[in-house]
Amino acid sequence: MIEIENVHKSFGDLKVLDNVSLTVKKGEVVSIIGGSGSGKSTLLMCINGLEPIQSGSIRVDGIEVHAKGTDINKLRTKIGIVFQQWNAFPHLTVLENVTLAPRKVLKKSKAEADAIGRKQLEHVGLGDKLDVYPSKLSGGQQQRMAIARALAMEPQYMLFDEVTSALDPQLVGEVLDTMRLLAKEGMTMILVTHEMAFAREVSDRVAFFKSGKMHEIGTPEQIFGNPQRPETAQFLASVL
Amino acid sequence: MFNYTFHWRPAIQALPQMLGGAVVTLQIAVISMIIGILIGVVLAVMSGSSSKILRGIAGTWIEIARNTPALFQIYMAYFGLGQFGIHLDSFVALLSGIAFNNAGYLAETFRGGLRAVPATQVRAARSLGFGPISAFRLIVLPQMFRAVFYPMTNQMVWAILMTSLGVVVGLNSDLTGVTQELNVKTFRTFEYFAIAAVLYYLIAKAVTLGARAFAYRLFRY
Repeated sequence: MIEIENVHKSFGDLKVLDNVSLTVKKGEVVSIIGGSGSGKSTLLMCINGLEPIQSGSIRVDGIEVHAKGTDINKLRTKIGIVFQQWNAFPHLTVLENVTLAPRKVLKKSKAEADAIGRKQLEHVGLGDKLDVYPSKLSGGQQQRMAIARALAMEPQYMLFDEVTSALDPQLVGEVLDTMRLLAKEGMTMILVTHEMAFAREVSDRVAFFKSGKMHEIGTPEQIFGNPQRPETAQFLASVL
Repeated sequence: MFNYTFHWRPAIQALPQMLGGAVVTLQIAVISMIIGILIGVVLAVMSGSSSKILRGIAGTWIEIARNTPALFQIYMAYFGLGQFGIHLDSFVALLSGIAFNNAGYLAETFRGGLRAVPATQVRAARSLGFGPISAFRLIVLPQMFRAVFYPMTNQMVWAILMTSLGVVVGLNSDLTGVTQELNVKTFRTFEYFAIAAVLYYLIAKAVTLGARAFAYRLFRY
């Protein structure tokens, strides 16, 4: 379970997260929508401790992410994150990209890590690209590789930060298919997205962010069909 | 006018001795490069740190190494440290001088190389659970070395040529040292130094070509 309680964060005078609270249960898929600069991506960075928070608390399986004594590296192995810019490691082959962390962080043997890597790459449809370098892959393939890389750590949670925003339109579908598959398998996911149709389809709940505040959260039917807040309605009117 | 008769035979006969000197030259260059790379990486990281003291130390090292003659740096290691009771033999003094110089130049090169690796690479690595040091070692360093590989090869060639300065601190086992001793005994200056020059050229060329082949094998991406 991910429990976010009264989180505040600002960059200088700019409030990026303003009293945000959100609980995500095991197996749940929560989408976060909102305009750019609304704090959605920052929230994901805060969940795995890549960004500090000023006040409030974030707990993952009961462990306080931002507490001093927390072994953040260990905690991060439970939380996979995929970024807008897929950040493939260019000096490693596709398989090495995926197996590096299982080997070096989880201390698995090469054979064991390779088996996991192969399985995850097949899972995302890259089973035939194991020994290729990322520079030879399309953006969509690199993004799917990044998903496999996160999955190879066998995380309990997956965070997706606008993973299709940097892709050519014709490559978006393949990445969404991969995420759809994960959602079906019961992975707990938080996804920041601009793909409204996709959010509506896969999410258990959808949250709307504006200027660092979570204005509304509810079922996709509520948010897209019958938004309760004028801000939500306004935003949806502008993007749909 | 020109009444010098070339005598190549004794010079050719001294070739094995000179080749022995070339091996010492290569040894000094290689060891000084290894030390220079290790210190250079540390200096490059230090110069990007948020601590003023660390930045200051790195900056001073880099400034001195790059803006004073290598000859003085070797002098300092031999005679300068000697004044403080630290007596290095000529081999070690030459090695330290060149390593000092290498570290300074390489640190600047590495600093540029580190900039070529996007910060998002580190973020991606950290998000997978790598600590800061393993993220640097496994993700940043390999990419940095690719970016700086050719400038690094240049420094290696430069290190080989700098070893000839060992003669000023009395080193007589490297290529220049051996050549100088032969010259003093025979006064066949041109012949011996011409051969030495060819040997320097061949070593430097071999290093450049070797590096290129190495890079081809190493950087397949």
